[in-house]
Amino acid sequence: MELIANFPFFSIILCLFSAVICSVLRGRGAKICTVVAESVLAILSFATLWYVHLLEKPVTFMMGHFPAPWGNEIRFGTLEAVMATVFSLILLCAVLGGSKFVNRDIFPQKINLYYVLINLLGAALMALIYTNDIFTGYVFLEILTLTSGGILMIREIGRTTLAATRYMILNLLGSGLFLLGIILMYDITGHLLMANMHASLKVLIAHGSYSLPLTVIVGVMCVGLAIKSGLFPFHSWMPDTYGFATPTSASILSGLVSKGYIFLLVKIMYRVIGIDQEILSVARNILFVFGLCGIVFGSVFALQQNNINRMTSYSSVAQIGYIYMGIGIGGTAGFAAAMFHILAHAITKPALFLANASLIEVSDDSPVFHDLSGAAHRNKTAGVFFTIAAMSMVGIPFFAGFTSKLLFSMASLGHNPAKTGLVLVILAISTILNTLYFIRTVIRIYTKRKGDLPRKFSMRAELPGWIAGVSLAAMNLFLGLNSRPVIELIEKGLLRFQ
Amino acid sequence: MRNLINNYEEVFAIVLFGIGFVTLLFHQNLIKKIIGLNIMDTGLYLFLASMGYIYGGDAPIYAENAGFYINPVPAGLVLTGIVVSVSVTAIMLSLSVRLYKRYGTLNLDEIYLEARNKINER
Amino acid sequence: MKIKTKIKEFVEQSREWTESFSDMSEKRDLPRERVRREEHMVDRLMEEKAGHMGLLKWRRLYLVLATVCAVTLIVVLLTTVAMLPVFGEHHEYMDTVAQYYIDHALEETGAMNIVAGMILDYRAFDTLGESFVLFTALNCVLILLRRDFQEEYRLHDYYDLTRDPILRRVGMVVIPCVVSFGVYVMLNGHLSPGGGFSGGAIFGAGLIFLSLAFGDDFAARLVSEKLFKGVAAVALGFYCLAKGYSFFTGANHLESGISLGTPGSIFSSGLILPLNVAVGFVVTLTMYGIYRMFRRGSFK
Repeated sequence: MELIANFPFFSIILCLFSAVICSVLRGRGAKICTVVAESVLAILSFATLWYVHLLEKPVTFMMGHFPAPWGNEIRFGTLEAVMATVFSLILLCAVLGGSKFVNRDIFPQKINLYYVLINLLGAALMALIYTNDIFTGYVFLEILTLTSGGILMIREIGRTTLAATRYMILNLLGSGLFLLGIILMYDITGHLLMANMHASLKVLIAHGSYSLPLTVIVGVMCVGLAIKSGLFPFHSWMPDTYGFATPTSASILSGLVSKGYIFLLVKIMYRVIGIDQEILSVARNILFVFGLCGIVFGSVFALQQNNINRMTSYSSVAQIGYIYMGIGIGGTAGFAAAMFHILAHAITKPALFLANASLIEVSDDSPVFHDLSGAAHRNKTAGVFFTIAAMSMVGIPFFAGFTSKLLFSMASLGHNPAKTGLVLVILAISTILNTLYFIRTVIRIYTKRKGDLPRKFSMRAELPGWIAGVSLAAMNLFLGLNSRPVIELIEKGLLRFQ
Repeated sequence: MRNLINNYEEVFAIVLFGIGFVTLLFHQNLIKKIIGLNIMDTGLYLFLASMGYIYGGDAPIYAENAGFYINPVPAGLVLTGIVVSVSVTAIMLSLSVRLYKRYGTLNLDEIYLEARNKINER
Repeated sequence: MKIKTKIKEFVEQSREWTESFSDMSEKRDLPRERVRREEHMVDRLMEEKAGHMGLLKWRRLYLVLATVCAVTLIVVLLTTVAMLPVFGEHHEYMDTVAQYYIDHALEETGAMNIVAGMILDYRAFDTLGESFVLFTALNCVLILLRRDFQEEYRLHDYYDLTRDPILRRVGMVVIPCVVSFGVYVMLNGHLSPGGGFSGGAIFGAGLIFLSLAFGDDFAARLVSEKLFKGVAAVALGFYCLAKGYSFFTGANHLESGISLGTPGSIFSSGLILPLNVAVGFVVTLTMYGIYRMFRRGSFK
């Protein structure tokens, strides 16, 4: 086996190890260690992508000396590699872009702990993306939950602690339900590896036995992961969580963590249950309805907000709705659209949160719209980054958001006509609402107040933020202008996902 | 119904799970919520452990005169689960310590109302 | 009228809190600012009464929904349980994986304890994640409760158990037993029930007992912060690298070069013994560290 096939496994171990190292370093050293680790992670993921793209088939990698039904294993194809590459790049951008605010929001003595958690979060994300074993998925899902709670609660103001408490309670309920699903699944199949589980489930379904337990399994798993990723009726933790976290945490939580859960759900749908099963189509229809509700309500709530961070958070509710809508549309096209939207949103939202933080910083630390007037004149670069990200969110051509909306509408055609109609109508409504609240914000930040002059920033403090902003914007434009190869990679990956 | 009696241990586990779930949903006191979460998790672990048991089986440790062993897989999984639940409890309890220091109460409703009133915090 | 007195009480109380609790946001406040905030708070409280009524209405709806949810979930789950394989019987599904572990664990991993062989060799990736769950928890608790670098940090006057003669005497006898039992369980994880997790928990309980009976200062001298961090990092780093090596050799079909030894002797079963020790240290330090954070918010 080539050395390059080990890279996914190296990337997980690398993150874990650099977390251990960060725990004995001081703040600055920990940051440098994290940045180096994430850069190496990005390179490793990209190499993996290159490798599986050339190999043209997914690779199964044994974790240990024992083959499939007995030992653990990880499995990666193009889809996983694309996700890992983009996620690691975004992790790097979020760490770089928010480092100024991390120094502001967190006690200097605790900064190294923050980077420990970031590294662990990276490891958990990678493990969730690559794993082929459902119980490993559960363990790393818990690490993801705890670390994401940790990077949230590290900002020591009361409301953040409260937000973290609510976040943790809901998330733990979600993991409890997910674990229940795993237990039931183990009870009827006797396997924990996804491929073997799938094989025995197939036999069970063919025999028609255990139909109710199977429905319950699908139900609790979907509900558990929907709670964790913040699908519409369970979105109540989102605005506080994203609104009060330090910008790096907000970007990571909104951009990556919820996407990790959704990716795991898609993986379970494909690999464990089998995408063409009857039970799954019911579950997918329910997810579809809630996704549509999420889009509408998220946008409406976002329109009502008076606070830029909360507005962005509610827009996340809507975007999660889009992803579930894609899952609900079904078919390779629908799932590919959902996956593409995961990427597009994961690139756009961190840019928005980082730009928000810079805009708020020059407006007397007030996130209220009234105080934000003219913020883009005071900090020009942040204004530009915000506008680019907002355009992508609204769905202006040449940006990633437009491509994903196009993909959604294309995917909805040719299936059920009722679904097509619903998707198109909801897309139109949500585009209008998105435009309304983002245009309002952009106008607001460009409305000059008296005496607004560009602030002077020290080059040294701003440079990482600019690098992050430019690379996020570049990735956004790349996905918008040059989406064809990415979509092909995703579709190829989905076809070989099972 | 006969199956329910046969599966009595799993039934108890589900009842425990239900008790935990209800405690989690209906109490606004943070400590009670944490207790609820713990009971819920414990119910799940009992469920998991009970599915590996076989009447008359020995613990899965090699011995000279052992007949047959019970299923070792759930034991390992329960171990993982317990570790997770310990970690979760520690984190939740320290969160409640901080919330109590900040707001002087553990009732989530009161904390929420109070937090909305704080002017300096956004 | 009643509301007004309540509000006054509340304002008094909140003043006390603002004085006694040190949060970052409050440190910067000027006294005048605080008065203004309190006045504002009274106004807001009057408004809040309306909000509270609204919340009550939502609560009723929530209660109804929660009841429906809980009842449905429990009924559905009970029905599911009735359809599951019967408790306490040998099931077909055991034959593939579980039976394989039972039949082959001794020769393939060298561990007498099948569960230890399973979690540290067959399914070692899960266990690696599991010890990092503990590490995460430790870090989160440190984040939330560590206080000793703040200026206002002072030790609270906890009830000091060290004056209790019974506890000290009992401690002198019991603590060595507990600690050595913990070490025993840790070292014999591959031969008998136990292993790193349970041994570490026992060891950690011994350390906690020590710091209860002989005072936190004594325990802090025994386990300083440097030692704590160093041992935790070394144990986790070793775990990470050892498992990394084992995964790497396993996946690439290389010989790992670690002999399994004679089954049943203490130095056997390859990596399982050192891994158990590493896990044991991680668990011990996590338990002790969490205890210290809750007790004092400091390692000192």
